[in-house]
Amino acid sequence: MLRYLLRRMVAMPLLLLGIASVVFLLSQVTKGDPLSALIPERMMSNEQVVATVKAQWGLDRSLPERYLIYMGRLVQGDLGTSFSTRRPVSTDIAGRLPATLELVIAAMIFGCTSGIGLGIIAARFKNTFADSAARIFALIGSSLPVFWSGLILLFIFSVKLGWVSGPGRLDARTEPPPGITGLFTVDSLLAGNMPLFLEALGHLILPAFVLGWSVTGIVTRLIRSSLLEALNMDYIRTARAKGAPESVVILHHALRNALIPSLTILGFTFAYLITGAVLTETIFSWPGIGSYAVSAARSLDYPAIVGVTLVGAMAFLLANLVTDVTYAFANPRVKLEG
Amino acid sequence: MADLIDREPAATILVRPVFAAPEQHRRPSRGTVAWRLLRKLPPTALIGGVVILFWIICAATVQFWGLPDPLALAGKRLQEPSAAHWLGTDALARDVLSRTLYGARFSVPIAIAVVAAAVAIGSLLGAIAGYVGGWIDGLVMRAVDVTVSFPPILLAMTVSAALGPGLVNASIAMVIVWWPIYARLMRAQVLEVREREHVEAAVAGGAGSFRVLTKHIMPLCWTPTLVNATMDFGAVVLLAASLSFIGLGATPPSPEWGSMISEGASKFYNWWIAFGPGMAILSVVLACSFLGDGLRDLLDTKER
Repeated sequence: MLRYLLRRMVAMPLLLLGIASVVFLLSQVTKGDPLSALIPERMMSNEQVVATVKAQWGLDRSLPERYLIYMGRLVQGDLGTSFSTRRPVSTDIAGRLPATLELVIAAMIFGCTSGIGLGIIAARFKNTFADSAARIFALIGSSLPVFWSGLILLFIFSVKLGWVSGPGRLDARTEPPPGITGLFTVDSLLAGNMPLFLEALGHLILPAFVLGWSVTGIVTRLIRSSLLEALNMDYIRTARAKGAPESVVILHHALRNALIPSLTILGFTFAYLITGAVLTETIFSWPGIGSYAVSAARSLDYPAIVGVTLVGAMAFLLANLVTDVTYAFANPRVKLEG
Repeated sequence: MADLIDREPAATILVRPVFAAPEQHRRPSRGTVAWRLLRKLPPTALIGGVVILFWIICAATVQFWGLPDPLALAGKRLQEPSAAHWLGTDALARDVLSRTLYGARFSVPIAIAVVAAAVAIGSLLGAIAGYVGGWIDGLVMRAVDVTVSFPPILLAMTVSAALGPGLVNASIAMVIVWWPIYARLMRAQVLEVREREHVEAAVAGGAGSFRVLTKHIMPLCWTPTLVNATMDFGAVVLLAASLSFIGLGATPPSPEWGSMISEGASKFYNWWIAFGPGMAILSVVLACSFLGDGLRDLLDTKER
């Protein structure tokens, strides 16, 4: 176990180095001209301005030089300066991280609870109408393009019915709660501000549903199949034979074993959530990392897009590591091999 | 795993005609095999197959269907769905139904090209890595490890932003995202199959490595790839539309599903502009997972 952990820990920085190099190289082979993002159109003919800007952003160095400079800064946690916001990318990302975290956590809570619930229903009433309904709801969730379902649901529930608030994290003129965690729902509760909490929740609920629905599909599918497998085991027959009610058999005996394989997809779900968050944030004008990445990609702002990709990959690696280790702890039968 | 492959009739049936294993006696004809397979598929998988077929035919022949020009004025702008325009008209008075159907001419060829390229590159590298082993294996697999460490959409965004917006560049980006999956699938299969007796026999018979790999090992390795490719067809359509939605794929006048939804997002109150393309994407993705599920159950591969 310890050896496995060590191996993974050693592999992580190497993978990160590979990732950083790939991203750096990609940003260098670009056909788009980053200068156009830095210099106004009419100044382009002024060679002095162009040379100054190039020197200022290090664009006049050779490729290996830029690589070494980039890597050296990266090790110190410096992701460079965004071309469009003119602020350090790490500052930009740190400022936007809480918004994304709030959205992803809410989506994860919704996706996992609904997925486990639907999975139990589907397995308990296998091959009935309830089973099909649960599976179809789940399947549609993981097949929907979130940038479309977000749009349609926003139109129905916000514009037509007025049940939830529109895009953004809060109404236009509302002051955010004092920043403790950066999650507006949590902060407003900590400040004891109930109306503000409800407002933040009203803004959060729809994007979290849209994003979480895509997770529901994966979780439902897995819980259903692993629960069905668990229900075929001998110890389930024993439990039934001793007279345990079906609800106890399923929730107490079978589900606990069925949940173990579900742990393995947490990392995978995380990739899904990142993809979904990028698009959901764009639709809901959610000021998180995803919408930052999209505007960076649109304006060819390399330091920003490279920074986001690095942070995303790091988070993804970490999620996978946590998944594997949790799995090993939850299921002692698993043998870990590097 | 080995015992799974040993009783793998469906897979061999499905694969043999394509990869021309040596002729054997009393092999059922291709038509019979296809019919048997079709009959065994669950109805959902058949529906999925029909939907995919519809979009492929649509992509190939939509210009002969007598629809209004997807790029030209077709009446008034921003009309709600009506008998004349089943899905309404958009901000430039173009017929949304016609644009949705023409959208298949982008999504279907892209998905086919991306999946085919990813399968070709991934399978080749995976097969070589699995068969040759050693440092080549290490090199290929480290490249796989690094590539799959990226969240797919961020990698695709970075690559297409670096290469510049456009459908070809977005497709290249998606091939880069998808090849490692096929490298892993093929490598795992090759590692299993190469230990089997018929391979040993072929080697003993003096067949060269290339011949052993292509004629004796790889023909038995395609089942997981086939199932995965079916599912990925939908996933590629989805990611391509996402990239276009962000503005990194197709560019505005073209009726691509993602960029149509992006136009719909800017004309938010005219919901019908985005409705058609969204339903189109949903239908393709659902159809692919139905068909992929059916094939997986039928071909009995390990992951369930």
